[in-house]
Amino acid sequence: MSQGLRTVSGGRINRARPVRFTFDGRELSGLEGDTLASALLANGVHLVGRSFKYHRPRGVLTAGPEEPNALVAIRRDAARVTPNLRATEVELYEGLEAHSQNRWPSLGFDTGAINNLLAPFIPAGFYYKTFMWPRRAWQWLYEPRIRAATGLGLAPEHPDPDSYSNRFAHCDVLVVGAGPAGLAAAQSAAARGARVILCDEQPELGGSLLGEADPGASLGENGRDWLADTIRGLLANPRVTVLTRTTAFGYFPHNLIGLEQRLSDHLAQPDCRQPRERQWQVRARQVVLATGAIERPLVFPGNDRPGVMLAGAVRTYLNRYGVLAGRRAVLITTHDEAYRSALDLKRAGATVTIVDARNGASGELAETARREGLAVHTATTVIGTRGRLRVRSIRIQRLDAHGQARGATERIDCDLVLMSGGYTPSVHLFSQSRGKLAWSEGLHAFLPAESPEKVRCAGACRGVFSAAAARGDGESAGARAARDAGLTVDIVIGEPQPAQSSGTAAAGDLPQPGGAPPAKAFVDWQNDVTSRDLLLAAREGFRSIEHVKRYTTTGMATDQGKTSNLNALAIVARQLGKSIPEVGLTTFRMPYTPVTFGSFAGYTRGELFDPIRTTPIHDWAARQGAVFEDVGLWKRARYFPRNGESMHAAVARECQAVRSGCGLFDASTLGKIEVVGKDAVTFMNRLYVNGWTNLAVGRCRYGILLRDDGFIYDDGVVARIAEDRFHVTTTTGGAARVLAMMEDYLQTEWTDLSVWLTSTSEQWSVIALQGPRARQVLEALVQEVDLSAAALPHMGAATGRICGIPMRLFRVSFTGELGFEINVPADHGLAVWEAIHAAGEPHGITPYGTETMHVLRAEKGFVIVGQDTDGTVTPDDAGLTWAIGKQKPDFVGKRALERPAMHSPERKQLVGLLTAQPHVVLEEGAQIVLDARTTPPTRPIGHVTSSYYSATLGRSIALALVRAGRSRMGQTLYVPMPGEDLAVQVTSPVFYDPKGSRLNA
Amino acid sequence: MLLINCPYCGERPELEFVHGGQAHIARPGDPAECSDQQWAEYLYRRDNIKGLHGERWRHTHGCGRFFNALRDTTSDVFLATYKVGEQPPTQAQLKGVKA
Repeated sequence: MSQGLRTVSGGRINRARPVRFTFDGRELSGLEGDTLASALLANGVHLVGRSFKYHRPRGVLTAGPEEPNALVAIRRDAARVTPNLRATEVELYEGLEAHSQNRWPSLGFDTGAINNLLAPFIPAGFYYKTFMWPRRAWQWLYEPRIRAATGLGLAPEHPDPDSYSNRFAHCDVLVVGAGPAGLAAAQSAAARGARVILCDEQPELGGSLLGEADPGASLGENGRDWLADTIRGLLANPRVTVLTRTTAFGYFPHNLIGLEQRLSDHLAQPDCRQPRERQWQVRARQVVLATGAIERPLVFPGNDRPGVMLAGAVRTYLNRYGVLAGRRAVLITTHDEAYRSALDLKRAGATVTIVDARNGASGELAETARREGLAVHTATTVIGTRGRLRVRSIRIQRLDAHGQARGATERIDCDLVLMSGGYTPSVHLFSQSRGKLAWSEGLHAFLPAESPEKVRCAGACRGVFSAAAARGDGESAGARAARDAGLTVDIVIGEPQPAQSSGTAAAGDLPQPGGAPPAKAFVDWQNDVTSRDLLLAAREGFRSIEHVKRYTTTGMATDQGKTSNLNALAIVARQLGKSIPEVGLTTFRMPYTPVTFGSFAGYTRGELFDPIRTTPIHDWAARQGAVFEDVGLWKRARYFPRNGESMHAAVARECQAVRSGCGLFDASTLGKIEVVGKDAVTFMNRLYVNGWTNLAVGRCRYGILLRDDGFIYDDGVVARIAEDRFHVTTTTGGAARVLAMMEDYLQTEWTDLSVWLTSTSEQWSVIALQGPRARQVLEALVQEVDLSAAALPHMGAATGRICGIPMRLFRVSFTGELGFEINVPADHGLAVWEAIHAAGEPHGITPYGTETMHVLRAEKGFVIVGQDTDGTVTPDDAGLTWAIGKQKPDFVGKRALERPAMHSPERKQLVGLLTAQPHVVLEEGAQIVLDARTTPPTRPIGHVTSSYYSATLGRSIALALVRAGRSRMGQTLYVPMPGEDLAVQVTSPVFYDPKGSRLNA
Repeated sequence: MLLINCPYCGERPELEFVHGGQAHIARPGDPAECSDQQWAEYLYRRDNIKGLHGERWRHTHGCGRFFNALRDTTSDVFLATYKVGEQPPTQAQLKGVKA
């Protein structure tokens, strides 16, 4: 079929540039400048989709982003399939491949349409009421079936190969919408020196003017010149950023607006280096919303057949795209403005009959229509339509003096029905700004009122509908926005224009015979909600519009009810006997139109998803074949398998090496904070539980940090480097929050203290050398430090040099062996590591990872904060009371520890567990119960926090938090697992060298 | 995303800041003197105000300083931000600031 419905001239398409495309595999041709919808209509294709629930045939309803029916999938290749795009917004390109959705086997013959015959039996709430039980069947039977039978397009199955970009921007005035009001506002603000961003969702500036045969003519005085000059001026002004194909999708607090710019979807051959979309976050001093209005459909039986369209959309297709959507048209309307569509169609050669539900139509446009010979039926309603895949006829009925459908009926044959119930101002973004809306009885619409944001509206979105008035309104709004943005304004500012009625009748449904609710009179096209569904909800007791919305799903589709909300509201209000503002409006939420996930992700995918932190020794470990694990953002070597060893074998070997010779461990990820100042010791005393006054320079202490609620927050070794200087270490994951907590107390509670805090986590490489031979290995490398047990005992600290590099050396051990932690500047970490490794080779030095570190510390009963503690554990629970400075009057958490509940003998306490079967390793997190083989529910008395196989002991070991654990030594408890209850014996948490003789060697 | 006026750095986007809970809750000078009830109030009791709320913020990814703010929780408008140790502005001083 050729484009038989294309007019001979006019419009904004390029008639010299045909564009080929396919729809469901059928080859068709359109013109450059077409949308997919206009090209389909030019080919006489009205049927473009099947409805969500009833699989009813549906056609193009609108010419813009409000389209509920014409949703298509656009496919470039297997990975580039975008479902649920509105055909009214898809720009045509050579080779475009479009597919209809929610139909099987084909669009023309869809077996799912059986639902349409069953429609009387599946009203609102049907699923909730019917698929009640068996309850379990919902998950595996009902929901999957219902989801398969209903729904929209399918998601692509491959990862998205396209790239997406993000950008931040600031401006004095952001103008949303480039129709007459938006253009005027941008021009007016820019003329006053404002930095302006002007965005519009369409590919061209002009907004509603693009649907006019002569866009400038409707703008009033010198309209044509003004339009051309304004657009040229804005594009040439370096202080103005004009963004087309850009949707303002969200209004966020403090004038932050999300913009979605589509960069390549309209191109036949996008450059693969070009991002597909760019998401802007614009912080605007002032915002002008010139978002226009959306035409309201009418609600009457069979108003959803393909060929039934909004009157303004038909006019846009004619004037902008040169497409005659039908040759025998009927216009159904309740206001004068819609007559323009009938007049334009008539002039383009179609026959048009006008059905006006109002008692009379005496406006200028109505008179023109009569003068041009159009049949005008006033006081007439529509009671039905016919036609399976395209509307074929409608039936009308006269209304009596009371507005009741009682008169004669008549059938009118047609291939196109235009409808218009007036305009609904697009207040979506304004409402998202938490702006209040006010009901206007005259306009029968909600209009913007007060907003906490710095925003003003202009043009049709505040009820100023005519293009000339909107231009004046925009000029005023732009000037005021510039003034409020802080620019000196010396030009006279015009007044905002008054809102004006277009002679609109009430929203809601058209009268039907006997006052009966009409059948299949659709309110929400996309979710298949009819006026009957809404009445049913009201009858069943739903009073709040928010509840009616959720029950019937009206306004909850991807179009968010752009065409349906006000009609639904009017129908519910009438049924409840309330006024529309009494019933209230549902909340508008972002996004205005659907936004791709890719644009939200932007650059943060793959390697850029999260920063990766590596230590200076990372590459060395990688070369040794280390297996890494993620600890926060850090990559830590977990174990170093040799010759294809399993983790179990590697850890056993590494443990053995540390216990019998020496091991080397990269502890650089430890958090480190330098606490300096004359009050440093006071600060440490107030913060940590320990006493610090008596800690001599050159000594270390195991520090515990509580929150003020008394629970363990962090721990780590603290070394006193000088009288006024502490080297504080924290857990790897806790470094940032500990520093934040320190800063909090220092800046807000103890402002009297003279202390400086510096994060040094990344400044120091920390190399742990552990094992009975550690001293021998180190001796050859260290200068200025006596390593002997007498000079540097356990918990000693010294400064000196290693391999000539300045070093802080701590004799500390997280393994229970003689051990050292060597801190060197990070730049020298790798060199020192390699030197120690070389020096250790004669002693069998073995690099080990975090897994071995965990086993070794568990053998010694050393806790890991966050693993063996969970934010509800006190020092006493963890068996660490010994660390608390007894003489201190106060420290963070001290007061809370004195609460009686903190001393309850029933608290969970840290204990060791030994399984009856030595080779069974318990699951970490497993629950612990008193008796075997009890039937649930059983009260657990604790849980396993750490569990490993200890090669040193030749059996499994575990740490656990158990209620009154320390009073249960020797008792047998049970860990219920699938299949059996594992018997465990409660022991001390220290499994190895309880006297610590190895530590002090 | 809020726009927050750090008293040290000026206006910065919210993602540079961390919220620090209700402002002007001083840690008792001598906790040992507090009853359990008083200590629990200090630890856990916070206002949940609809309207003007004093709250702490920290410019974590900036100067690192804590400061206080008066924010209207219904509109998210900040009426004032001020340094630690300073008193919140009085009603008279706030007059003319659009809430």
